[in-house]
Amino acid sequence: MTTHTIDESLDDAHHDHKMKGIKRWLYTTNHKDIGTLYLWFSFIMLLTGGALAMVIRAELFQPGLQIVEPDFFNQLTTVHGLIMVFGAIMPAFTGFANWMLPMMIGAPDMALPRMNNWSFWILPFAFAILLSSFFMESGAPNFGWTFYAPLSTTYSNGSTAFFVFAVHIMGVSSIMGAINIVVTIMNMRAPGMTYMKMPLFVWTFFIMAYLLIAVMPVLAGVVTMVLTDTYFGTSFFNAAGGGDPVMFQHIFWFFGHPEVYIMILPAFGIVSTIIPAFARKKLFGYSSMVYATGSIALLSFIVWAHHMFTTGMPLFGELFFMYCTMLIAVPTGVKVFNWVATMWRGSMTFEVPMLFSIAFVILFTIGGFSGLMLALTPVDFQYHDTYFVVAHFHYVLVTGSLFSIYAGAYFWLPKWTGHMYSDSLSKWHFWCSLISVNLLFFPMHFLGLAGMPRRIPDYALQFADFNKWVSIGGFAFGLSQLIFLAVVIKCIRGGNKAPAKPWDGAEGLEWTVASPAPYHTFSTPPKVD
Amino acid sequence: MTTKEYESYYVPSQSHWPIVGAVALFMIAVGAANYVTDIKNEVSGYGGYLLLAGIALVIYMVVGWFSNVINESMAGKYSRQMDNSFRQGMSWFIFSEVMFFAAFFGALLYARTFSIPWLDGAGNNAETAAVLWPEFTASWPLIKTPGGTETTAMGWYGLPLINTILLLTSSITAHFAHVALEKNKRSQLKAWLGFTIILGLTFISLQVLEYSHGYSEEMQLYLTSGIYGNTFYMLTGFHGLHVTLGCIMLIVMFFRVLKGHFTPENHFAFQATSWYWHFVDVVWVLLFLFVYIL
Repeated sequence: MTTHTIDESLDDAHHDHKMKGIKRWLYTTNHKDIGTLYLWFSFIMLLTGGALAMVIRAELFQPGLQIVEPDFFNQLTTVHGLIMVFGAIMPAFTGFANWMLPMMIGAPDMALPRMNNWSFWILPFAFAILLSSFFMESGAPNFGWTFYAPLSTTYSNGSTAFFVFAVHIMGVSSIMGAINIVVTIMNMRAPGMTYMKMPLFVWTFFIMAYLLIAVMPVLAGVVTMVLTDTYFGTSFFNAAGGGDPVMFQHIFWFFGHPEVYIMILPAFGIVSTIIPAFARKKLFGYSSMVYATGSIALLSFIVWAHHMFTTGMPLFGELFFMYCTMLIAVPTGVKVFNWVATMWRGSMTFEVPMLFSIAFVILFTIGGFSGLMLALTPVDFQYHDTYFVVAHFHYVLVTGSLFSIYAGAYFWLPKWTGHMYSDSLSKWHFWCSLISVNLLFFPMHFLGLAGMPRRIPDYALQFADFNKWVSIGGFAFGLSQLIFLAVVIKCIRGGNKAPAKPWDGAEGLEWTVASPAPYHTFSTPPKVD
Repeated sequence: MTTKEYESYYVPSQSHWPIVGAVALFMIAVGAANYVTDIKNEVSGYGGYLLLAGIALVIYMVVGWFSNVINESMAGKYSRQMDNSFRQGMSWFIFSEVMFFAAFFGALLYARTFSIPWLDGAGNNAETAAVLWPEFTASWPLIKTPGGTETTAMGWYGLPLINTILLLTSSITAHFAHVALEKNKRSQLKAWLGFTIILGLTFISLQVLEYSHGYSEEMQLYLTSGIYGNTFYMLTGFHGLHVTLGCIMLIVMFFRVLKGHFTPENHFAFQATSWYWHFVDVVWVLLFLFVYIL
C-alpha cells in the first residue's frame, strides 16, 4: 500500500461530532450506532414474532378451536416465520457484523457507511408494511413463510402484493448489508492481517455475505413471479399455461437452503470466538474450520430439493439430493468435533456466554441429527410436513442461531456498554431458557413421528398431552426472554465498570480498545503481526 | 492542522440521504402494492400517485446523494482504498443482478426441460398427460398452452438480430470511450461515449417496436400467453429496464465528461457505468441465445 500525507482536516471522522437525539440515529453513518439499531430492531422483532407464537401455542394448548379462526391461525404461522427469519435472526447477525467486524479487522468503519445506514432504515418500513396487512380487510399473508404456489397465487388473499413488496425491501436491505460486509473484509483489513489470520468470526460473516449476495436476488425473482402470477396473469406456477407449481419450490428453495446457512454460519463464528476464550485455549483446527465453513456454503447450493422429496421428483433427483445433503454432515461434524476438542483439557469457566455456547453445541447437534434423519429420502416421506420438521428447524434456529446471538450479546455487552451485566440475572435467563426451550421443542419430535401435521389449528386427541407441555414450555420460554431485556437495560444504565478486556482468555483487536468502545476506533489502522 | 503518515479512509459525517431513500422505498412499495391490488379489484385508488411520488423522491435522493459523493471525490477526500471499496461494491452489485436474471433463466429452462415435456407424458408422467390435458403436445416455443391459449413465437432474425448487433457494438464503443479516457483524449472520449448512448437509445426504441409487434392482432404474443410469453416478456422486459438504467447512467457520464470530470487515473463512476453496460450486453447475448434462437 502506498503511503502519502493527507490533510487531517479533510477527514470528518476525527471530529467526534455525533448529533443529539433522534437525528443521531436517523442520519448516522457510524458502524456502532447502526449495529445498535440492528440489534434493538431484531430484539423488538423477536418479541413481536414471539407474541404471535404465544397465540399459536395458546390455540394448540388443547384440541379443538378455542381462540382463533383457522384462517387467522395460518396468518399467525406465516408472519411468525417471516418475522423470525427476516426480522429477528438475520438483522441480529448484521448487527453483530456492524459492531464487531470493523473492530476485529482494525478498520475505522464499514466500507460504505452511508449505504450501511440505508440498509438498516429500510427494514422497519418493510416490516411495517408486512405487519400492517394484519389490519387489512383481507388479513395478513396466510400461505406459510415459504409462500408455496398456488397458495400464494391462485388461492391467496388480497394482501399478497404487500407481502411481495415488503420481501423486496428486506431483500434489498440484505444485499446492501452483505455487499458492505464483503467489501469491508476484502478491503479494510489492518496491514498484516492476511485472510488466514482473520478471526473465525470474520470468516463466517464473510462467507455468509457471499451466500446472501448470491441468493437474495433469487428470492426477489421468485416473489416477482408470484406477483405477476397473482396480478398480471402470467403462469409461471400454473400448469395450464405450461408452468409448474413445483417450479416455485425449486426456485424458492434454491434461495431457501443457502438461507438457512446464512442464519447458522455466523452462529458458528460467534461460538468459535467464545469457546476458546473460556476454555483458555486456541481454537482447535482453525484452518479446518475455515475450509469446513466454505464447504458448507458450497454444498448449500446443491441440496435444495431435499425440501421437496414428496413432490414426485424423478428418482435420480431424490438420490442426488439425498447424498449431497448427507455430505453436509461431514464439514458440520468437523466443526462440532473442533469445538469439543477446543474445550478438551482447557481450563474452563462457565460464564454466561460460555453456558450459551455449550448449550449451542449440544442442542445444535441434536438439530443436526434430526436434519440427517430428514435427509433420508425414504423416511422423509413419513416426516415430511410433520411436527418433526418443526422440531428440527427450531432446534437449529432457536437453540442454534438464537442461542449464539445471546452468547455473543453476553460476550460483547461489556464492550458495547462499558458495564458488566448482572451475573445472577443473566444466569436466570440462561437456565430458564434452556429448560423451557427443551420442554417447548423436544416433545415436538415425538408428535411429528406420531403423525401430527404442522400448520394446523386443531389436532387429534392422542396428541393432547404433549401439546399441553409444549405450550407450557412455549409460554415459559417467551417469558424468559423478558429477563434478557431486563439484563440489557440494567447493563446500559449502570453496573460495575467493565475493563478493556473483561474475559481473560479473550483474543482479538476489539479487546485492545476501551470499554465502552469509543465512538470511532482504529482511525489509524493497528499493525497486526 | 496536523498531517499523518498513512492513507486515511474517509468516513463521511452524518447524512440525511439514506433516510430520504428509505421513505421513498416505503412509498414505492405501498404505492405499488395498492396500485396492483386496485387494478385486480377493478377499483381506482391513490396507489399510482404514491408510487410516482416515491419514484420522484428516489430520483431526488439519488441526485442529492451522488452529488455529495461527487463533491467529496472532487475535493480529493477519497483515497485509493476508498476507490477500491466502490469498485468492489459495484462488482458485487452486478453479481447480485446476475443472480436475479438467473432466477428467470432458471424458470425458462425448467419449463422447457421439465414441466412442458412432463405435461405431455414424458418420464413417468403418462397418467398426468392422460388425465389433465390429453390433447396437449409439448413444443418449444410453446405456441399452444395446455389450457388452449394460442400465440406466435418471436423469431430471432429481423429486429432481435439488429438489436444484438447494436448492443454488441455499443459494448465495443463503450470500451473505446474508456480507453480514450485512460489516454486522456477527451474529444475521442466524448465521441465514443455519445455514440454508445445513441446505440443504447436505438436499442430501446427497437425493443419497444418489437413489443408492439408482439402485442399486435397478428402475433398475439402477450405477457399472459402462457410460459413462453411470460418468460419472453419478463426476461426481455427486465433486461430492457436495465438497458434504460444503463443509458441514464451513460448520459450522466456524458454530462460529467462535458463538465471536465474524471482523470485518466480517477474515474470510478465511469468505470462502474462501463461495467454495468458490459453486463447488460452479456445478459442480452444469453437472452438472444435462450429466448430467441434455441
